[in-house]
Amino acid sequence: MNAPSTNAIEATGLIKRFGTKTALNGVDFAVPAGTVTAVLGPNGAGKTTAVRILTTLTKPDGGRARVAGFDIATDAVKVRRSLGLAAQDATVDALLTGRENLVMIGELHHLGRKAAKKRADQLLSDFSLTDSADRLASDYSGGMRRRLDLAATLVARPPVLFLDEPTTGLDPRARNELWEVLDGLVGRGTTLMLTTQYLEEAERLADDIVVIDHGRIIAQGDSRELKRKVGGDQLQLVVRDPARLDHAVAILQRGSGSEPQVDVQARTATVPTSAGVAALAAVSVALADAGIEVDDLGMRQPTLDEVFLTLTGAPATEEPTEDTAKPLQKAAR
Amino acid sequence: MSVAPSPDLPGLDAGPRFFHDTWVIARRGLKHMKRQPEALADATIQPIMFVLLFAYVFGGAIQVPNPDGSPPDPNAYHEFLMGGIFAQTMAFGVFGVAMALASDRKNGAVDRFRSLPIAKGSVLAGHAFANLLKGLLPIVLMSIAGLIVGWRTHNSVPEVLAAYGLMILFTFAMIWIGILLGSVLATPEAVQGVAFVAIFPLTFVASTFVPTNTLPGVLRTIAEWNPISALAGSLRELFGNPGAAPFADSPWPLHHPIAYVLLWIAGITIVCAPLAVSAYQNSIAD
Repeated sequence: MNAPSTNAIEATGLIKRFGTKTALNGVDFAVPAGTVTAVLGPNGAGKTTAVRILTTLTKPDGGRARVAGFDIATDAVKVRRSLGLAAQDATVDALLTGRENLVMIGELHHLGRKAAKKRADQLLSDFSLTDSADRLASDYSGGMRRRLDLAATLVARPPVLFLDEPTTGLDPRARNELWEVLDGLVGRGTTLMLTTQYLEEAERLADDIVVIDHGRIIAQGDSRELKRKVGGDQLQLVVRDPARLDHAVAILQRGSGSEPQVDVQARTATVPTSAGVAALAAVSVALADAGIEVDDLGMRQPTLDEVFLTLTGAPATEEPTEDTAKPLQKAAR
Repeated sequence: MSVAPSPDLPGLDAGPRFFHDTWVIARRGLKHMKRQPEALADATIQPIMFVLLFAYVFGGAIQVPNPDGSPPDPNAYHEFLMGGIFAQTMAFGVFGVAMALASDRKNGAVDRFRSLPIAKGSVLAGHAFANLLKGLLPIVLMSIAGLIVGWRTHNSVPEVLAAYGLMILFTFAMIWIGILLGSVLATPEAVQGVAFVAIFPLTFVASTFVPTNTLPGVLRTIAEWNPISALAGSLRELFGNPGAAPFADSPWPLHHPIAYVLLWIAGITIVCAPLAVSAYQNSIAD
């Protein structure tokens, strides 16, 4: 019936408009089975719209897509059988217990009540929720809710998983825990598509990164390719004594071979580097030899803003205004 | 092919699947009600409060006139009252389902259901069924409260059962209005607003608490044609309670309350059900 495909998700020319605003303006991508793709972009870039289209919640105004080999337009129920979706604001049912949430989802996947209960127990234990299984989800912490939400998406063991900003709003510890859970899933062959506003998260989890802005893909590739495009890791130092900043900048330039950006007010100098930790060590030694005291010295990732600055020449903007949306819409015709 | 769709699960064809999914979602709705006692107040405390308030606080000042001009029975009001409060409470049945649906849409539950391979229509049907069951609660509670304040039925068992059946039918019609409201209004708070400015007064401009002939001009006409008056009148007639007999100059609905309320139930269902379903579909389309 369906041609065998090695892509778990395929989209071509997806277009979606909301009134005068174009949320997606011809988006193409392919996610090979068993891999992780991160869709990276600011609020309002079209990430959630893309996920909603691929999970059959929203109908596209143009373009086609297949999930797990099934067309989203003509085979919606089969698509739904094959996917798990964790929406942006963890949509666990606050008035049900953790266990009841999972059993209900299992029953709505038609596992049968007995099997649904068994599956719920297993997931509660996998996600360290057994102790709170019979408490209402409204009493759960943010991290526990996300874990429950993720467990709910896995009830029917879907081959394809969509996570819309899975770690937004989580504290660093809860975020790390969730990342470890996702590592485990991917290790078992699940295809994962997640959206995020953090380059760090995309890099940590994804094989491929799709950078999206104003409904268009502006860059695509694995994290190494992408980082080469945006300048990659940066070496940053903060000197204690502002008078020594010039000297420190000279050392930084020698260590990295390129011109550092200097912020005198913040006593900070930043330079892109491809040498990584080796460059950090060399600069550290040179600073010590010169007797320059530093408050901070380290590697840092370019922020999403810097990525966008490099890729588009403009900083990441939230929610395009009418003015910026209109030219895009014309371009779509 | 490395991506295997999960196998179709055995034993559930489209038809049985609809009833199964509806029941799963209805059970969730019932749990929600149990765990939000404050949201159940319109079906529990409020009607009982009205029974006690009108029976003992206002009741002494209200007399139920007899159409034949004979002197009013001073104790008739407690029996007159029950038909009215039953009718009012059934009308409030609009809000449970509207609130439940509006909050599901607001907090993303509708999206979660839609991303599952569930039978078409089962989310609405589940909400409707849960609220129909919820409607039984005030009927039982108020019957008990009524018996305590001195309300009795004076007709045959089939007539009394017909009265209860009519309440359930009316609740069914109200659920469609509730689904319509819950789909059109953006938030549960908006639903509450509509409740207060529209439905609440409508249940008072009726024969709920006072005979319609005591109302002035326009209000009297509204009350006489108000389906809530017709439901109250039907219940009084079927229970054999006072206040059911119309005056000679009463309009047709008061002479034929059962036929008139059945027409309303059919009309609401025929008009509102398709509207409600399409409003719900629109509300979740994007």
